[in-house]
Amino acid sequence: MRYLVFLILALWPLGAFAQNWEDQQVFQGATARSTLRVLSSTDTSFFEPIIRHFLADHPDWAVQYLVTGTAEMDAIFRAAPEKFDLVISSAMDLQLKLANDGFAARINGISHPDWAQWRQSLFAFTTEPAAIVINRAAFAGEKIPQTRQDLIQALRARPEVFRGRLGTYDVRHSGLGYLFATQDARASETFWRLMEVMGGLDIRLYCCSGDMIDDLVSGDIVVAYNVLGSYALARRDTHAALKIILPSDFPTTMMRTALVSAQADHPDMAAAFVRHLIALQSSAGSDDFPLPPLNLQQRDLGQSTIALEPALMTYLDHLKRRTFLQEWQSAIIQHR
Amino acid sequence: MTETVHVSGSLRNRLMITLIGGAAMLAVLLFVVVRSYAAQVAQQGQDSILRASVISILDAAVLRNGRVEIDIPYAAFSMLSTTSDDRVFYAVHQDDVLVSGYDGLIDPATIQGTPARFSTRRYQGTPVRLATASRVLVGATARSRITVSMAQTQDAMAGTLNRISRNAASLGAGFFVLAVGLSFWATSSTIGQLQRLTTSVARRGPQDLSAFAKPVPVEMLPLVSSLNSLMGRLDHSLKQSEDFIAEAAHRVRTPLATVRSYAEATLHRVDRDENRAALRSMIRAIDESSRAAGQLLDHAMITFRADHLDRQDIDLVALVQDLVLRLTPVADMRDVELAIRGDASVPYSGDPILLQNAIRNVIDNALKYAPSESTVDICVTGGPPCRIGICDQGPGFPPDEIATLATRFKRGHNAEGIIGSGLGLTIAQDVALAHDGRLVLSNQTEGGACVTLSF
Repeated sequence: MRYLVFLILALWPLGAFAQNWEDQQVFQGATARSTLRVLSSTDTSFFEPIIRHFLADHPDWAVQYLVTGTAEMDAIFRAAPEKFDLVISSAMDLQLKLANDGFAARINGISHPDWAQWRQSLFAFTTEPAAIVINRAAFAGEKIPQTRQDLIQALRARPEVFRGRLGTYDVRHSGLGYLFATQDARASETFWRLMEVMGGLDIRLYCCSGDMIDDLVSGDIVVAYNVLGSYALARRDTHAALKIILPSDFPTTMMRTALVSAQADHPDMAAAFVRHLIALQSSAGSDDFPLPPLNLQQRDLGQSTIALEPALMTYLDHLKRRTFLQEWQSAIIQHR
Repeated sequence: MTETVHVSGSLRNRLMITLIGGAAMLAVLLFVVVRSYAAQVAQQGQDSILRASVISILDAAVLRNGRVEIDIPYAAFSMLSTTSDDRVFYAVHQDDVLVSGYDGLIDPATIQGTPARFSTRRYQGTPVRLATASRVLVGATARSRITVSMAQTQDAMAGTLNRISRNAASLGAGFFVLAVGLSFWATSSTIGQLQRLTTSVARRGPQDLSAFAKPVPVEMLPLVSSLNSLMGRLDHSLKQSEDFIAEAAHRVRTPLATVRSYAEATLHRVDRDENRAALRSMIRAIDESSRAAGQLLDHAMITFRADHLDRQDIDLVALVQDLVLRLTPVADMRDVELAIRGDASVPYSGDPILLQNAIRNVIDNALKYAPSESTVDICVTGGPPCRIGICDQGPGFPPDEIATLATRFKRGHNAEGIIGSGLGLTIAQDVALAHDGRLVLSNQTEGGACVTLSF
């Protein structure tokens, strides 16, 4: 089993370079002459209004929007930073390491809170909590769990209901899943117990939040752990079926970040896009900005949003990652 | 008196330049010392954090099946957060082989020894501070040297240093301004002592040659002492001059009087006309010499006494009356009447000897030019200014020479045949000037000269 995992890890970059985009769209401005190439991990549906809003102000530009997973995106960008103007990702740790390694250009003159930017080159523009999303049907008549501990108890109480019907990120392939998992592990041992319990119930592993929510809606799984609440909220058709729980023991909240490539062809327009993002999140309604904006108050209350600091690089360390994945696999993939 | 004194430099400027230059140097030194000390402290701060980070990673290293595993503590990177979001690079080497982190950060072959080493170098185009430490891990089968290097850019430290530099600069500037103010104060208070001495020398009256009694700073003692001794010698020599003049006057006048009396006695004895004529001219020459000598000595005495005015409270009327009394015989010989009018008493504070001399000379002059059977009118009026007018009924002053007659040895062109040295009016004028007064020469409309002393 272990060798298979290593094989997957080893072959995975090859897949990345084949560049099978999850989505790839070009938004044309009215009189587009040049193209801004945006590499992103965010589903196109969330960004389309933002890009259209941007193109209304800059009609002679087009935006090529390329979507792929966070980890894959990191590898693609590192291999060819000159091919992209802008990188938008939810994996804060990978983004911070890109900035630390000199892949991000400094943008001067952006007034942004200190905690929401790093080195004037990495800018956060959303606050998105990791949520437990459950299918209400599975908990009919049962107490809805509010904490991870509650969830562990609920899973242990009715293993027959949950066996094979749990989902979470495959942290080996998803940068965001890895970020959430490592931050959870850092915060509490409860994470490992939850992983062991979930592993024991044959948890399904996903690449992305979207797929997990699809399966939740269809009823294939009933509990998804560490899903982006914003994705679930955005699916208006799912409100009745799904319940989004923000764990009250310790919330893990991520900030989506953007950086301009240091080798961008259009650094000025990329910077303009970042300014546009920041301005839009603080002023626009949900139609123009479908993602949850930066929550300035939340920061003041001292709630734990993952901080943009070099410590994010800790779990990206080769040795540390190897150790963490070993533990994670031994917890999750027990019987496979 | 006002001879040019050659000026070479200025004590004030020299003091100011020395003090301000010193202050400027001290201020710069202060800035440099504070800044370098701050740089050292800031660097030590960064070094100690880097060392803590390196040690915490090194401590987490274990050997498992000959392979190194490091559970890097979150704090190892977390503690490297700075306000300027400094970039962080690290490298972990196992026996000189990179096992994790950034390649090319450090050449593992150069690392020796356990204690953390620090160096500043460039990595990815930016200067970084690098801390390195190593540890030998002993596994079940093998020993292995683990080296951990942690590097951080220095943006935050540069910011801190700039802030400290600004503070140090304002500290230095403040110190300089304060020192400049102090040097102004110190210089002017030092120069002030010299100026006080200068003022007290300048304020002295012309006759005041006494020693300085006011306390002076010890540094000025030699100057004041030598000044005092110079003035003492001057005073002494002035007194000697005065004595000499008195002595000379006495010694010249007495023999002349003797010679004149012999000549007069001889005149009575000889009968031959040519002998009598010769004797008369001899007596006349003796008179002239005696008078000239007297006036010369008077003038010399007045020149010295003018600097040493011996003011006394006197009554000018009494003084003039006394003079008139003494001159009456001479006046009688010429059939000239001396008439005093004016105030009954005119008190005045002046040098009686000088005043007597001056008035006698003027009356003498009047008597010489007054025709027989005429009156010399002496009018004394109180002041200020007090006036003594002496008018005769003689030919008067030549109008074209009236402005220059009081100069030394100047005689009117109508004075031929009259005994005189040309010093009389000069003496009167000098005395008037010494008493802050003046001498006015005029002609009366009805004829006759008028000399007015006013002081």
